[in-house]
This record gives sequence, C-alpha cells and structure tokens, in this order.
Amino acid sequence: MSTKGIKDRVAIVAMGCTRFGEHWSASADDLLIDAVGECLAAVPGTDLADVEAFWLGTLGSGQSGLTLSRPLALDYRPVTRVENYCATGSEAFRNACYAVASGAYDRVMAVGVEKLKDSGFSGLTRMDPPGDGTAPENTLTAPAAFSLLDPAYCARYGVDPADMRDAMTHVAWKNHANGALNPKAQFRSAVSKEKIAAAPLVAGRLGVFDCSGVSDGAACALIVRAEDAHLYTDRPVLVKALSLTAGPGRAAMDADFDYTTFPEVVRSARDAYRQAGITDPRTEISLAEVHDCFTPTELVLMEDLGFAERGEAWRDILDGAFELGGRLPVNPDGGLKSFGHPVGASGLRMLYECWLQFRGEAGQRQLSDPRLALTHNLGGRPGACVSFVSLVGAEPG
Amino acid sequence: MTHIRRAAPKGLVAYATHLPRHRLRHADLAAALGGRGGPGGRVAASFDEDSTTLGIEAARRVAGARPEAIYFATTSPAYLDKTNAAAVHAALGQGADGPGIDGFAVDLAGSARCGAGALLAAAATGGLAVLADVRTGLPGSADERDGADGAAAFLFGDPGHAIAEIVARVSVTAEFLDRWRVPGESAARRWEERFGLESYLPLITEAGRRALKEAAVGAPDHVVLSSPNPLVIRRAAGLFPARVPAGRMPGHAGAADVGLGLADVLDRAAPGETVLVLAAVDGCDALVLRVTDRIEHGRQARPVSAQLAAGRAVPYATYLTWRGLLDREPPRRPEPELPAGPPSARSQAWKFAFTGSRCRGCGFVHLPPARVCKGCGAVDEMELHPLSGARGTVATFTADRLAYSPSPPLIDVVVDFDGGGRYTMELADAAPDEVTIGMRVETTFRRLHTTGGVHNYFWKVRPVEGER
Repeated sequence: MSTKGIKDRVAIVAMGCTRFGEHWSASADDLLIDAVGECLAAVPGTDLADVEAFWLGTLGSGQSGLTLSRPLALDYRPVTRVENYCATGSEAFRNACYAVASGAYDRVMAVGVEKLKDSGFSGLTRMDPPGDGTAPENTLTAPAAFSLLDPAYCARYGVDPADMRDAMTHVAWKNHANGALNPKAQFRSAVSKEKIAAAPLVAGRLGVFDCSGVSDGAACALIVRAEDAHLYTDRPVLVKALSLTAGPGRAAMDADFDYTTFPEVVRSARDAYRQAGITDPRTEISLAEVHDCFTPTELVLMEDLGFAERGEAWRDILDGAFELGGRLPVNPDGGLKSFGHPVGASGLRMLYECWLQFRGEAGQRQLSDPRLALTHNLGGRPGACVSFVSLVGAEPG
Repeated sequence: MTHIRRAAPKGLVAYATHLPRHRLRHADLAAALGGRGGPGGRVAASFDEDSTTLGIEAARRVAGARPEAIYFATTSPAYLDKTNAAAVHAALGQGADGPGIDGFAVDLAGSARCGAGALLAAAATGGLAVLADVRTGLPGSADERDGADGAAAFLFGDPGHAIAEIVARVSVTAEFLDRWRVPGESAARRWEERFGLESYLPLITEAGRRALKEAAVGAPDHVVLSSPNPLVIRRAAGLFPARVPAGRMPGHAGAADVGLGLADVLDRAAPGETVLVLAAVDGCDALVLRVTDRIEHGRQARPVSAQLAAGRAVPYATYLTWRGLLDREPPRRPEPELPAGPPSARSQAWKFAFTGSRCRGCGFVHLPPARVCKGCGAVDEMELHPLSGARGTVATFTADRLAYSPSPPLIDVVVDFDGGGRYTMELADAAPDEVTIGMRVETTFRRLHTTGGVHNYFWKVRPVEGER
C-alpha cells in the first residue's frame, strides 16, 4: 500500500445527522431528506443545486443512485451508490473526498442511510449471492463471529476470563454513559455494570449489552476543496488521511492467525498514520470514533490502532484510559453501542461527532481543545474483513 | 409365494456401522406421556442427521476408495425423484484425482426389505450396500419408543479377500397387510400384530429351512432375525436356535436393521462360524454366511455394542422438535438461503467430500479450495487436499444463540486440521459448555438445514470418540 493521500486538500464544511433509533414512522426517504436538510441549513448561501455530485452509502435501503435522487428530486446529478459492508458510510465519504481532490468537482456530498427496522428480524441480515451453502457466515451471526475473539484473547494473553468479562462490560458501560449525553443517540441512558454483565446471552459470552443496537438513521457531509472551505464556514474540518483495506481472507484459513487482531485494521491504521504524518497515535490523537459493533471488537481495536500495547488493552480499558476524561477518549458520542448501526450512516455519524467536537458543539461531551480525530469502521468478521481509517483535524499541517 | 435361489459370486470384504450419538430415554418418554418407563432408551438421530448422512457415516468407514456400485437402502429417503445414493457417491469421492463420475449409484427405497435387497444386489455384482434409516413414530407409539436410527455398510468384492461368504440364499414373498405407510406420512400404520405373526411364521420357517439345507448347515452358530413386526422378533426367535446368543441390539432400525444385526455378529464371530440371516419383511430373505479366517483383521473399529453403549440423552421436547412433531417459535432471523444448484455442483468435491486445495509451491492449505494461493500468490498451482477423514483441534469457539438453527444454539468452532487447513464449522453432538480451546474433533457429514425443499449437506466436526 503506497497511497499518497490527500492531506489538507479537502474539507468538510457542513454536516447533518438524524437522531438514530427505531423510526417506525420515518422511511429511508424521510431520513435522507432530514439529514441533507440539516446539513444544508448550516450553509445558508448554498442549496442542493450547488452540490455537483453525490455519493450515497447504503447496504440494503436501496441499490442505486435513484435511492437518493428520487426523494431529493435531484436535477439530473451524478449519484453513486456505494456499499462495503459495515464500512459503507465511510466508503461514501472516502470516494466523495477523492472526487473533490481529483479536481473533477468543487462541492460534493457524502450521504449514508440505513432503514433496518423494517425487516422484522433481530440484528443485521445478509444478502449474499447464490452459493453452495458451505460458508460459515450463511448461518453464524455477526455477534457470534466477533465473540470468537473472547476465548482466543484470554488464551493468547493468559487473561482471566473474569477480567476479560469486566473489560467487555466496561466498554459497554463507558459507551452507554457517553451516549446518555447525546441527544441523537438511540439509547440515551447509562446502564449499570451489573445489568450489562447479567444480560441474556446472544453468542458466546456476549450478552445483549455487548452488542450494538439495531436502528435507523442517516447522516451526511458537504465536502469542498480546502482552499474554498472558509467561503462556507469559519471552522471547517480538514481531511488528513483516508485508508481502506480489504483483506485477502488468509487469516480465516491460517492456523497462525490467533483471533486477537484484525490484520486489515493494522494495515489501514498504519497507512492512515503515514498519510497524516502521525508517529505516536496515543499522544497525537485527541479522540477516536471506532467500530464498537461488539465489546471485544473495541478492545482488540485499541491494540490494532496502536492505542494500547498487545495484551494490555483490557487493563487500559479497566483503568479508564478511553473514557471521556481518559488519556484518549474513544467513542465520546456513545458509539455503535448507543447509536445502533444503520450501516450506511454509521461512518458519517462518527465524522459528525468529530465535526461537533472540533466546533465546540458537543455539549456535555465536549473535549477540551481537540486537534486530531480518528474514525474507524470494520466490515465483515474476524479472519476476513474490510477496514477503514480516517484522520480529520481542525487545523492544516 | 415365490422362490428365488442363487449363490452369490462375491464375498463380503468389509463392513461398518454408525449409530447416532443421541438417546431418547424411556424414562423421559414415560414422564411426558405416561406409560411404562424403564431403563434404557432409543437411539435417535440428531436434527442434522438423515438417512443419507447416516449412510455416509457408515460407508466412509468401509470404503477406502469409491466402489463400482452403491446400493442405498432406506425407508426414509431424504429425497424422492433424486438419487440419494449420488450423495453417498460424492462423499466417498475423495481421491487425489478428484470427485470423478465412475460408478453406479441407486436407491432402494420403500419398505425395510430394501435392506436385504441392497445386500443381495451388492453380493451379486460387487459394490457397497448402504443401509440407513431414521425411524419415526407418532408420540406415544411403539415405533417411537422401540425404533432406532442407524446405518450399516457392507462392501462386497473379491472372494479371495472375503471376511465372510454367502453360501446360501432363499427368498419367499407374500402379500398381506402388516405394516404400511402412504407417501407423505411420517409414521407407519400397523394391523394387529398377531395377524402379522401368523403370516410371517411359515415364511420364516420355509426360507430358513431351505437356506440351511442349501448350505448344508445343521444348526447355525449365529442367527440374525430382523422384522418390523415386534411380535415376530419375540416369537420367531425359537424357530432357529443359535449356538451363540445374539448381542443386545437397538430397536428396529428399518432398512438398516438387518445390517446392524449382521454387523453385530461379525463383530464377534469366530473363523469358520456360520450365520443365518432372516430378514422378514413382506416375505423372508434367508442368507447363510460362513465367516472366514480373515475376519480377525476385518472387523470394524468400533463394534455395534460399543456404539450402542455410548450416547448422550436428548430431552423429549427437543427430540419432538427435531422430528417436526413440535412446532416451536422460530428465531427472529431469516432462514438461511437454499444452496443453489450450479454453485453446489461446481463445489461438489468441497461440499460433499470436504476436499480443499494445497499450494504445490508453499504448502498453504485452502478451505474451501482456491485458485490463487493466499500464502505465496501462485496462480493455479494447487493440488487437491482431501480432509474428510481428518482430525483437528479447536482454535476458538462460540455458541450462537441468535442464529437460525433447527436446534439452537448453533455451536461454531474454528478448527485447525492435522496436516494443515483451517475452517470455521459447526460442532455436532455437543453442548456449549463442553467446548474448549484445544479440544480434539473429527469430521462428520451432516445436513445443516433444509430450505425451500433443498437439504444443505455439508461437513461438521464432532468431539473425537474416546477423547471426550
């Protein structure tokens, strides 16, 4: 991987994000209209007709650009629908940024939406092409696939399963505590550690509170050339790095892979840090929005992203390192735990928190003087996945 | 009444049986429905086993390579209008040359008599007789309580390698109403047992007497008596006394019943001993076998008695659910997609014979097989890597309580196979609290689920016998 990157060449100048939740009375169209409307309301001199191109991320709420162009009645604009598992929202953002950086457009929008609650099923469902019926993901659900990390991590590092349980509980407790402070979260109340640890089991040792919720939501970002950013806002957010990796699927077949890491995340983080010129992520990054689909995922991500030493993340988590007042706040907005995971919207929802934090608009969650933020998405499962890492900052350089 | 009389030109060269691991305890039946309890229980196929998977489990313990002919006998065919023996054929196709198409494979499906039919056909032409059944009765019935599920496989070939030879065979046939089932029904109906007994006794007497005479055997050392009429089993045993008493057997196992009985005798018989087989189903097929010196080296690895003694209890409500007799609330999850025809055909060696690929350059094993090596990037430098007989070790595991499964929770384990290869697959015949990292497992052919009328056959692993 030798991506040159587009550091400081494009900027986010407006964002919108719906409340995430069970929107029984709102369709995907409604959510898209609301998110885009909020975004454009933040830039009074700009309207929909000024946006030259759109990237729409959705896993299952539509299959083409028409999913966006029809409800917004767009005037024959290019709309590209993208999908990349749970990194779908981030993928829309990434491609939109590259379109501006290429010089082809000056103003584009990345939009993500997912309407999950119309399916009637628990959890995410899959839409696989016809197959021979042998792939484990045909039956094994996402919480089960990620629960494979728990016994493997304990065995690899000699961690007492009770300590691991406490660390997973702490992740859920922290993210729900953060989400309780967020008016746009699906779940807006703190949850006691006792309740988390005693919740009904879903898969392995993962209980209900170890799993992200299922919700509907939409989010979007208006992206322009960095040199134009101050035409729209005095506090733009600059894109420092964008990295995406799709794994070869080797780990799922390789006895040397021990289910305590996501090689895809390690690679994408390394690439993103290089693009942004980061050498010590633990001190240089002010906040991180990571893919806490399940509590052991967040634990392993702390190590893969370089926020903790190998085998030590569980201890750092219990020490409070990633809480709002900790050394590196992780998921200050409440994460997937509090927002649920409307797939196409999640990556942009993460950027929305960065956007608020840099502008000093994060309310009770506001961190002091954030400079650099990381967002991370993971799609697939341990052994074979896609990973996205972005770095965004308030200042050039 | 008609007679058929012919000596078989082929010898029995190998045999094996498979009894599923679950047991429905009679005490649990009595607790749920009343009636007599008592010790013991019936052998019960798991939710992921059917006559085809049971047959394959028995067949793959016998056949080193695929035989020229496969005769598959069952009263509970997994498919009609599709040859179940073709799945057996595919599962046995694990040679280095790939799945291949050579050979004959046919189902003999209907009454339990097809068990004897498969034996006689394989004895006549050479090849493999696979006798397998899942016997279901209505709740509270004798069939439910006293039936059994299981399979037996017998390979016939070169008489010079025989562990036993058929020295006489007599068949008689009669038309009378003893046991019957209209296609589509799950349980058989029966006339009064005493009527069946009166009809069977002269048939068994006739066939047995003639067969012994043809074989010039006065009194047989062993007698195998099989009939779906339980009164026949109790009352006809005295017709032809055996020198060596019969072993304890599971209940009536349909088409597999005569095979399980014969296998139990072969587990114990000494060289030179004679066996009278009496399979009484709408007539009687009588065979006389003589065991050869080769039997000492030709017995199956795990005798019927050991397979019968092992087992784990299944709650009655769970058993009823497995058999479709208790319609439980499904999970709020979509049913798995049905396995599509063309992809399943393309991956036949993988899906049915669990054959992966191994890079000739760097040795990296790919499950499922791949064209581009994930170890070194070489393209189309693969050789087949059969793993259907492999054992492995659990690297990590989970119990999925959310997944759609005919019997939740679905247990998945990441298995590292001895000699290379890793795959994430279901663990059969075990409970979540029995799984550990480092646990030893072996492969087993199962039916993952059925969607849209298509059975999704594939391999699982189960705890290694004797290493639990």
